[in-house]
Amino acid sequence: MGGYSISDLWSIVVMQGFSGLSLFSVLLLMALGLAIIFGQMGVINMAHGEFMTIGAYTIYLFSKVTEQYFPALMPYYFVIAIFAAFGIAFAAGYLVEYLLIRHLYKRPLDTLLATWGLSLIMQQIFRTVFGAREVSATLPDWLMGSWKPTPDIDIPLNGLFVMGISVVVTAAVILFLYRSTWGLRVRATTQNRVMAGSVGINTKKIDRVTFAVGCGIAGIAGATFTTIASTGPTSGSLYIVDTFLVVVFGGAGSVVGTVSSAFSIAQAQSILTFFLTNAMGKVVTLLTIIIILMLRPEGLFTSKVRK
Amino acid sequence: MNAFYSNWLGGKKGAIELAILAAFIFIVMPLWLDIFRLNLVGKYLTYAFAAVGLVMVWGYGGILSLGQGVFFGLGGYCMAMYLKLEASDPVSTAHQTTPGIPDFMDWNQVTQLPLFWEPFHSLIFTLAAVIMVPLVLAYVISTAMFKRRVGGVYFSIITQAIAAILTILVVGQQGMTGGINGITDLKTLHGWNINTESAKYILYYVNGALLLGVIMLCRFILSSKFGRLLLAMRDKEDRVRFSGYDVANFKIFTFSMGAMISAIGGAMFILQVGFMSPSLIGIVPSIEMVIFAAIGGRVSLVGAVYGTLLVNYGKSAFSESFPSLWLLFMGALFIGVVMFFPNGLAGLYDVYLKGRVESLAGKFKKKNPPAILTPAKTELQNEL
Amino acid sequence: MLRKKSKSPTWNRAGRPENVSFLPVRKTVANAVAATLLIAFAGSSFGATPPTSQVDTTHLAVTDTEVIVGQLHSSTGTMAISETGAIEAERLAIDQINAMGGVLGRKIKVIQEDGGSDWPTFAEKAKKLLESDHVAAIFGCWTSASRKAVLPVLERDNGLLYYPTFYEGLEQSKNVVYTGQEATQQVFAGLDWVAKTKGSKTYYLIGSDYIWPRTTMKLARKYIETVLHGTVVGEEYAALGSTDFGSTINKIRLKKPDVIYAAVVGGSNVSWFKQLKAAGITGKDHTLLTLSVTEDEANGIGGENLLGFYSAMKYFQSLDTPGNKEFVKKFKAKWGAGAPIGDVTQAGYEGPWLWKAAVEKAGSFDTDKVVKAEESGQISFDAPEGMVYLESNHHLKTRLRIGEWRADGQADIVYTSDYIMPNPFPKGY
Repeated sequence: MGGYSISDLWSIVVMQGFSGLSLFSVLLLMALGLAIIFGQMGVINMAHGEFMTIGAYTIYLFSKVTEQYFPALMPYYFVIAIFAAFGIAFAAGYLVEYLLIRHLYKRPLDTLLATWGLSLIMQQIFRTVFGAREVSATLPDWLMGSWKPTPDIDIPLNGLFVMGISVVVTAAVILFLYRSTWGLRVRATTQNRVMAGSVGINTKKIDRVTFAVGCGIAGIAGATFTTIASTGPTSGSLYIVDTFLVVVFGGAGSVVGTVSSAFSIAQAQSILTFFLTNAMGKVVTLLTIIIILMLRPEGLFTSKVRK
Repeated sequence: MNAFYSNWLGGKKGAIELAILAAFIFIVMPLWLDIFRLNLVGKYLTYAFAAVGLVMVWGYGGILSLGQGVFFGLGGYCMAMYLKLEASDPVSTAHQTTPGIPDFMDWNQVTQLPLFWEPFHSLIFTLAAVIMVPLVLAYVISTAMFKRRVGGVYFSIITQAIAAILTILVVGQQGMTGGINGITDLKTLHGWNINTESAKYILYYVNGALLLGVIMLCRFILSSKFGRLLLAMRDKEDRVRFSGYDVANFKIFTFSMGAMISAIGGAMFILQVGFMSPSLIGIVPSIEMVIFAAIGGRVSLVGAVYGTLLVNYGKSAFSESFPSLWLLFMGALFIGVVMFFPNGLAGLYDVYLKGRVESLAGKFKKKNPPAILTPAKTELQNEL
Repeated sequence: MLRKKSKSPTWNRAGRPENVSFLPVRKTVANAVAATLLIAFAGSSFGATPPTSQVDTTHLAVTDTEVIVGQLHSSTGTMAISETGAIEAERLAIDQINAMGGVLGRKIKVIQEDGGSDWPTFAEKAKKLLESDHVAAIFGCWTSASRKAVLPVLERDNGLLYYPTFYEGLEQSKNVVYTGQEATQQVFAGLDWVAKTKGSKTYYLIGSDYIWPRTTMKLARKYIETVLHGTVVGEEYAALGSTDFGSTINKIRLKKPDVIYAAVVGGSNVSWFKQLKAAGITGKDHTLLTLSVTEDEANGIGGENLLGFYSAMKYFQSLDTPGNKEFVKKFKAKWGAGAPIGDVTQAGYEGPWLWKAAVEKAGSFDTDKVVKAEESGQISFDAPEGMVYLESNHHLKTRLRIGEWRADGQADIVYTSDYIMPNPFPKGY
């Protein structure tokens, strides 16, 4: 790239690196909830995107209510709303597991169809309640704009925020799965349901809470994405294919796998879109994933699950 | 003759089913509906090809393909390319910067027909391509996956990703493919105007005949030893493998055949609807095709046709009277068929109507009760 | 020159007698009976209302008291976000026309169909409206893809479509009236303005990857290079639905263009502006002119993310004229105070009124007569945006306005052009 000064190029490299990292955290946040649901439980939740939309609309509602009644709290509502997004999506997930998913554990391919149906219903509910138009939450000022470490470098604050959330959520998921008694039970159930049941683990309850936690994380993801993307009845469907690819590429059932697959997909896509066009970058990334998956069908990291 | 009767038609029971379906398609529908509605039914019946293909691939093969729309779409695109070239003769495109190429190319500053379009001037080549292009793609995909024992959920997700990629590619290369607009304004097939009323009737009947032919072909395949192996494979893959069979090859064959059947549907779609859209190769239609097969009953070839008609009729009727309720209804249909009627229409038929139909058929005892287990009985561990 | 030739194939085809032979015999007889009855009564009881036999000779859904029209938009699927405004505006116009006594003494009844954001469905529904319901006109479509899907059906069945979206041009059908702007109307005057007021020399073009942005960008590039003598330093298309613009924005930072010229649509649009703002590219120190943000989009993007950027549109809700204020008041009264009114919404509102004017000039609902009236060059309408004139090429002669976005999601109009003739087939581009 002739004609650019060294400092120009340097700031581009920094910002480009950051935009890769920021895409990485987006993919990671999308995929974590699904990694739990699909990886641990084998349920294909096609309505994952709609649980994200629940989170996004939660932020929207909180922003409107705060603006109307507690304008003084505007700078802080976002944090509270994220917890609420988790709570509401968790509750919705809990209900869905109870009404729908638990009847289908023996037929994983059927969960795919049922949850697709669920996603259609949820989209229509969003449309009826919030209208067909896109909405936009008023974001607090500290989430807007950029941080300028040098005059040429702009680091987006919302990108930093998404990154922060995804680090926190990932840490929480790892603690939950690998350091808590609950996680121990979840993993035991995944590895051998019958055996887990026979040592006194309430596997049904485990399933329900695991599913709900996965949905809750989707809610957090959706809430966080209001800072970078749109909120409408069908917004969630934009993410579903990418989300599944990240999980499958990483190897189902492995959190480390999900993290590394999100990282490699994000970096590849980010660098390719810089040098190619946006659309071609995406196609090349997807093709590469497919080819690698054909060579390594179980994904990057295979968890050792009894067959 | 006897072999034809038992293998192709599926014995007495199968013959009755086929006869009812044929009567329904060829006599009841044309008498009952005006040409507009009949043309719609014709369009739905082209989706039924994809659903019948899915019955083979999913119902009998146990492979859930979420990319059936890809093959339907590829068949359609091949056909549409031929029709578009015919509609873009130098005379009717004289106002373009480059006469003689399709209009969308001209809009995109393409000045020469891309090389891969050239052979589509030939009808013979086009008809071969309708079958071969999807077949080859299906073969490549399935060989790569099944030889490496990728199966179950992974396969579904990967086929879905392929649908996504192909859509992005087709939409992105609009100078060569028509992009998101698709290939529109198709008029003639080898000089024959496909938009006249008589052409619509003829195409409807050709479509129906092809569909019945495909169902019979599937019956024949299923009644062979291959059909039984396919079932065995679906329910206990390892045992078949340990018995010395190359499981992958059977799966590849089934998947490729399903793709080919869909492609025929896609080509017929173009002829009856008159244009091609990339939305047909996307993720949503592929999943809808799965629901057609599921409503029909997954393992019932004839059921798949009724399933397709029912869902699409519902879609049309609902979106005419209650546009906003349509998604709720469709969603409920998905959930309902999975939760309460896993055997779909065929299951309902077995429970409520079968006895009566058989007594009507002269209290005929079935020779070979089809020993078909529903996929519901396969184990979680196998699928994972 | 170009234009004339393009007409001939479609125009001749539409008039072929086979179209007429489609109609069921029953209906013809019924209409004939109705017509005779009507003629008998016409003299005495229906005063100003011309008899049905006179205003409808092609068996449209017209009775002595009622005329049926179709409305064909996406109320479900991804496009519902955009099309809702047009649906609402067309409804408002039809209600107002009915309150004034209807068209040729007949109240308008609407059959609404859902295209479901799926192009084959649009074609199917258009066919249903024309062949089963025999509607006199269709108000509908939003995307070019849906219009292209519907077009052959319209031409075959000789129907009428009023299409509200600004679009890429390169099309002129006898059966369509384009109430939005075609590309040249939207592009040239806007570029002139930005070059003059901002003195810009370098441009970065970015759009979503489909026909409308690609065609407008083609026009823009040519205009920038040959007329404005500027440079295009980058041209990029994002996959539809793409939500990640990090790398694209970095490329823009590297090239440092004077103007970012954008036509990103749908959900991508929201991501694009949110990420621009986050990357420190704001209206304060950058000039961005977009062709794809109306008040509808601004609602989803958030005004604070658009602050100081410019849109080139023929209409903005903030337009300060008595006519527009009245329209905004009526619209809000019907559809709620929160409902934004964008360019396409207003263009949708013009559809039924222009149709009414054409029908009344023709004195008939028959497509061919209405088309003749449309092409007479004498149809105009005092729209919220000001007077618009229907030209013989089926497009409207309108003005272009540049709006500067405020934080509340409304735009200040900073420039209004003279009237611009529509030119759907620009020469040399």
